[in-house]
Amino acid sequence: MNRTVERHRNILDFALSSLLRRKGKNLSLWVVYTIVVFLIAAIVFYTHALKREAALVLQGAPDMVVQKMVAGRQDLVPVAYAGKIAALRGVSSVRPRCWGYYFDPISGANYTLVASESPSPAPGAVDIGSGVARVLRVGRGDLLPIRSSSGAPMLLTVRKVLPCVSELVAADLIVMSEGDLRDLFRIPRDLATDLAVTVANSDELATLAVKISQRFPDSRPILKSEILRTYDSIFDWRGGMMVVVLAVAVLSFVIFAWDKATGLSAEERKEIGILKSVGWETGDVLLLKFWEGAVISLSAFLCGVVLAYFQVFFLSASLFEPALKGWAVLYPRFRLVPEVDPYQLVVLFFLTVVPYTIATIVPSWRAATVDPDAAMRS
Amino acid sequence: MILHPAVLALIVASALTGFMVLYACWYGARILLQWEIRSGSERQLGLERRTYLISTLLCFAFAVQILSLFLYVYTADRLHGLFSGAMCAAGTLNVNRYGYPVLVLKAVTFLLAGVWLIVNHADTRGYDYPLIRIKYALLLLIAPLVLTDGILEYRYFAGLRADVITSCCGSLFSRDRAGVAGDLAALPSGPMEWLFFAGMIATAACGIRFNRTGSGGYLFSVVGTLAFFIAVASLISFICLYYYDLPTHHCPFCILQKEYGSIGYALYATLFGGGVAGMGTGALMPFRNRGTMAAVIPPLQRRLVVATLVFYLLFTLMVCCRMLLSPLRLG
Repeated sequence: MNRTVERHRNILDFALSSLLRRKGKNLSLWVVYTIVVFLIAAIVFYTHALKREAALVLQGAPDMVVQKMVAGRQDLVPVAYAGKIAALRGVSSVRPRCWGYYFDPISGANYTLVASESPSPAPGAVDIGSGVARVLRVGRGDLLPIRSSSGAPMLLTVRKVLPCVSELVAADLIVMSEGDLRDLFRIPRDLATDLAVTVANSDELATLAVKISQRFPDSRPILKSEILRTYDSIFDWRGGMMVVVLAVAVLSFVIFAWDKATGLSAEERKEIGILKSVGWETGDVLLLKFWEGAVISLSAFLCGVVLAYFQVFFLSASLFEPALKGWAVLYPRFRLVPEVDPYQLVVLFFLTVVPYTIATIVPSWRAATVDPDAAMRS
Repeated sequence: MILHPAVLALIVASALTGFMVLYACWYGARILLQWEIRSGSERQLGLERRTYLISTLLCFAFAVQILSLFLYVYTADRLHGLFSGAMCAAGTLNVNRYGYPVLVLKAVTFLLAGVWLIVNHADTRGYDYPLIRIKYALLLLIAPLVLTDGILEYRYFAGLRADVITSCCGSLFSRDRAGVAGDLAALPSGPMEWLFFAGMIATAACGIRFNRTGSGGYLFSVVGTLAFFIAVASLISFICLYYYDLPTHHCPFCILQKEYGSIGYALYATLFGGGVAGMGTGALMPFRNRGTMAAVIPPLQRRLVVATLVFYLLFTLMVCCRMLLSPLRLG
């Protein structure tokens, strides 16, 4: 066992000195390799972090939301449905919610207006998200003009700006009293935007959704798990699309690596010839080439992963942000929580190291099977 | 098709592995037909040189194939949230008709690829290429499986549709379900516990005997392989129940999830590791006295026996610990 370890150690030592002797060639390969790993790692990390963020945001969402549909479009739901749904066995609570979207022609942004139950702002007052404050340049005590559906302007006083830590969920939020919101959108007292349903046992959600659909054929129950699933699909698809686009870069890199590995200089051929003439076998030269490739692969992989980690979690992934996150006039600013699991690293390994290694096997074999006398004569 | 990066990684790996195995098969067939070790012809020298390339390619291809089993299962587990009704990898694999055949093919190629790597390792230790025909004949047996695995894997991922309602593991691995999964779940837990421990003890006894006396290699390999299959059946029949603390949940995939400490990976890795080493010992038996192999194979077999026993011991220890710590007691 010790002899095997010693053999590998010696060949690795020789491989390192061999790499250093050809700094220029190996450095250019290493730089391109690192960039390829960095690009793909940034996408994988960013997609995963966005999915995690979406899951965290939805943790506080109700188990089920019940909407009313009219001719395939969402409509206001009668508040009377709430009592009937609450009477179903397994339902813990049903809460009618009043909310809506408001397009602000001045900033070109859409705000989410929500009627809060507790602690509700007094009539004529609002709490606004930090994104809204940023876009409209308003702060505590300022007046916020909003045009009601009748066309008359409503002047609301900003009671407070919601803290930045809640930016991901509250950037575009305007919280107001239920009365103000109903006046603004002209929502009758017996109707609500939707119903938030919580259940005692989450395993019963699907059964309850079926019951609600049967009892109220014009309703549409939406489960929290369905929203999460949709987010997962969207982010996976976006990440996958970017990886497909980058497949061209990986392919170019593989061709580049093949070319570099094939183009043995006269000095390298001579070196291999001398090694074989002093007793190295083909297997030993192959092992030498394996260690050279492993050193380049692992160092480029490590470096690319670390760079991607910094770019995603400390520089907010400025390279891929528009493609992966989406875009809006008022988009929340948030810092992603750093998290990398071994699964992501294995996926990266399969996408980068495996193609590189395969591209270098044939050139390594060609180099290893060269005739010593022919190599030295050349 | 779901464009998950892991799905792309698996498809790329399968395509590359398939390509390498096909390339190796072409030269493998030529070696089987044209190999003449005593000849000094240009063709023979060319083939001898080419064996280094084929060995290296296949070592890498099979290593990737072995890893891809775990990546495939983990990816299926990760994707379960996208399908209505799926609670773990069991549901994801059931989304279309290719999921489970791919899993079986990957498990079979895992075992065969492991045995091939052991035979190749022994062959490269002898200077006269003693096992060359054997290993390329074995390659021709494995290659169709690897290629079928790649094609079916692509069809599986291409056919993944998020609007499909699949079955959860509770219904797939229930006693009342017809089919292999249901039959394994319905195996009686009491006799299976006896059979499992008897299989492990018999493997240990045969292994110790073989390492001491050098006889009974075939017996060890057969008993070790049987113990592998008994352990797989036991996992579904009773081992899982202790991990879930539930007398009715037989799913072999839920143990891979974080809530069970991902213990499933350790269980499967030790079980497959032991299985491959046990089968490899038997695969080398016919050649242990052939030419240069007489000095290579016996010590290699002893190491393989030790590896089998260590892997199976770790597996049994994990099972025993859980059986003792679990509040569940099966009657």
